[in-house]
Amino acid sequence: MNRIVRFLVALLTVAALAACSSGGSSKTPSPGPSTGTGSEPAPTTQVKTLGLAVSTLNNPFFVDLRDGALAAADAAGVKLIVMDAQDDPAKQISQIEDLITQKVDALLINPTDSDAIVTAVESANKAGIPVITVDRGANGGEVAAHVASDNVLGGRMAGELIVELIGGQGKVAELEGIPGASAARDRGQGFHEAVDGVSGIEVVARQPADFDRAKGLTVMENILQANPDIVAVFAHNDEMALGALEAIEAAGKAGQIKVVGFDATDDAVKAVQEGRMAATVAQKPKDIGRLGVEAAVKLLNGGQVEAYIPVPLELVKK
Amino acid sequence: MQARVQIKDRVRQMGPGLAVIIMGLALALLSRDFLTVSNLLNLLRQVSINAIIACGMTLVILTGGIDLSVGSVLALSSAVLAGLASGGTPWPLALLAALALGAALGLFNGVVITRGRIAPFVATLATMAIARGLTLVYTGGRPITGLPGALRWPGTGYLGPVPAPIIIMVAVFALVYLMLAHTPVGRFIYAVGSNEEAARFAGIPAARVTALTYVLTGLASALAGVILTGRLNSAQPTAGAAFELDAIAAVVLGGTSLAGGQGGVLGTAVGALIIGILDNGLNLLGVSSFYQQVAQGAVILLAVLMDRRR
Repeated sequence: MNRIVRFLVALLTVAALAACSSGGSSKTPSPGPSTGTGSEPAPTTQVKTLGLAVSTLNNPFFVDLRDGALAAADAAGVKLIVMDAQDDPAKQISQIEDLITQKVDALLINPTDSDAIVTAVESANKAGIPVITVDRGANGGEVAAHVASDNVLGGRMAGELIVELIGGQGKVAELEGIPGASAARDRGQGFHEAVDGVSGIEVVARQPADFDRAKGLTVMENILQANPDIVAVFAHNDEMALGALEAIEAAGKAGQIKVVGFDATDDAVKAVQEGRMAATVAQKPKDIGRLGVEAAVKLLNGGQVEAYIPVPLELVKK
Repeated sequence: MQARVQIKDRVRQMGPGLAVIIMGLALALLSRDFLTVSNLLNLLRQVSINAIIACGMTLVILTGGIDLSVGSVLALSSAVLAGLASGGTPWPLALLAALALGAALGLFNGVVITRGRIAPFVATLATMAIARGLTLVYTGGRPITGLPGALRWPGTGYLGPVPAPIIIMVAVFALVYLMLAHTPVGRFIYAVGSNEEAARFAGIPAARVTALTYVLTGLASALAGVILTGRLNSAQPTAGAAFELDAIAAVVLGGTSLAGGQGGVLGTAVGALIIGILDNGLNLLGVSSFYQQVAQGAVILLAVLMDRRR
C-alpha cells in the first residue's frame, strides 16, 4: 500500500510541476542556458532551428551527411539539432516527437525505414513543421522535398564497370544492404539491369550483409567457401565492400577479385587508391546533407523547393 | 540496529521515485519544453512499449527467472499481425492470432524451463533466436506494410486527449497489479520466487505458476508488438532488437530483485519512466546520441548495483 502512495505522490509532484511550469513559463524567463533561444519570441531576429533525424551515425556515410548538414547550417546561420536513431525505427519516431516538442522550424529526416517513418512525418505535419527527407524517402505523410542521389543509376554504373573490368565473363557475387531498405533495392535493381543481360556473367551469390562491415566479412567468407572462383563483387555500400575485402585478402585472393563498393567513404577511397578495391560509387553524402539544409532554409524564408532534389553521382576509380 | 536497517530500507525503496522527481526537476530547469502536457504525454507514449514488456518481465523475475526472448516474440507477433491483416484476414482475428502467438511462445518457454529443467537464461535465449529466425523467414527479411487503419489505432490513436498506448499501458499495469496484490496466483508467484522448494512443500503448483509467468510475459510482449506495429505503420523484421535489456533494466531500476521474490510492477513503472525520462530529456537537451548511450549504460549499472546492495 505504501508503494502506491509513494508512486502517486511522485506522479502528483510531476503533474504539479507540469502545471506550474506551463502556467508560469510565459511570464518567467527560462533559466535554461542551453536550449533557450530566448523566452519571448523575437519575431525577426530569432535564430531558426532545424532538426536532423539520422538513421545511424555508426556509419561514415551518415556521419558525412551530418557534417555536410552542420556546415551548411553554420553557413546559413541556423541551429541544427542532430539525433541518431541507431537504425531503430521505434527510436527514430520517439526522437522526431522530441524534436517536434522542441518546436524546431523544419525537420530533415533520414528514415531508418520508409514505411515506419510515416507516423513521425504525420506528427510533424500535424504540428505544422515542414519535412524534408534526405537519402531515403517516406512512404506517407506530406514531405516538402526529397534530397537523394539516384541509387538505381549508381547501381547500374557499378554493374557496367564490373562488366568492363572482367571482360563480360565470370562469376559475380552481390552483397546486399538491409533487406527492404530502398537504397538496397535500388542499387540492386540498377546493378542487375547492367549485368543480367550479359550472357557471360553469372551472379552466383546474392546475400544480405545489412550494410555492415563485420557482416560483409562473414558473408563473404561463406560465399568464398561455396564459390572460390568468383571474379568480382558488388557491395551495396562500402562498409560491406571493405568487410568483403578483408575476407578476400584473408583467403589469399587479394587482387584476383574486383570489389566495387558504394558511397565513397574515406576508407573505401583509400582502398581504391591503394589498388585493393576496384572502385566505389561516390554518392556525396556531404552534398546530400548540405542540399537538405539549404532546401529547408529556403522553405523557411518563404521560397519554393523542388519535390525531388537529385544529388549527382560519380565513379571513383584509381 | 533494527531501526537503522529500516531507514536504509526506506531510502532504498524510495530511491527510484526520488530519482524520477529529481530528474524531472532538473530537466524542468534545463528545458522549457520538458514539463509541458504535450511532452509528458509524448514521454508516456514513448515509455509504453518498454513498460508493458517490463510489466510481464517483472512477473518472470519475481519467480527468480528471466526472459530474453521478449524482443523476438514482439517481432514475430508484429509480423504475423501485419502479415495476416494485410493479407486480408479481418483485423480482429489477426489481432487475436498475434496475441495467441505471444502467449504460445511464452508457454513454450515455460514448458521448456519447468519440464525440461533448463535454466531460464538458456531456454529463453534459444527462443529468442528461434523467434527472430521465424520472423525473418515469415517476412522474408522485408518490412510488412499495408495495415488496415484500425490496427494503427493502438500505436497512433487517441481516447480523448490521451494517446492509446498510454491507456493500454495503464490497463496492463492495473490488471497485473491487482493480480499480484489480490489473487492467490499473485501470492504464489512471490512464494515461488522466495523459495521454490518451500512453496512446493506448501502445496503451491510451482511449475504451473512459473510457466504462467512466461505465458503472461509472452502475451505482454505480443501486446507491445501490436502497439509498435501501429506506431511504425508496418512490421519490421528487426523490431524489438535489444528490447529485453531495456525491460530488464526497468524491472531492476524499479527495485525488483533479480534473485526473485521481492518487488512489484509499480516499481517497474517507475523504472520504465526513469529510462524514458533519460531518453526524452537528453534528446530535449540536445545531448549527442553517443553520450546518451554512455548515460544509459551508467543507469543500468546503477540499477544492478542497487540490486547487489540489498
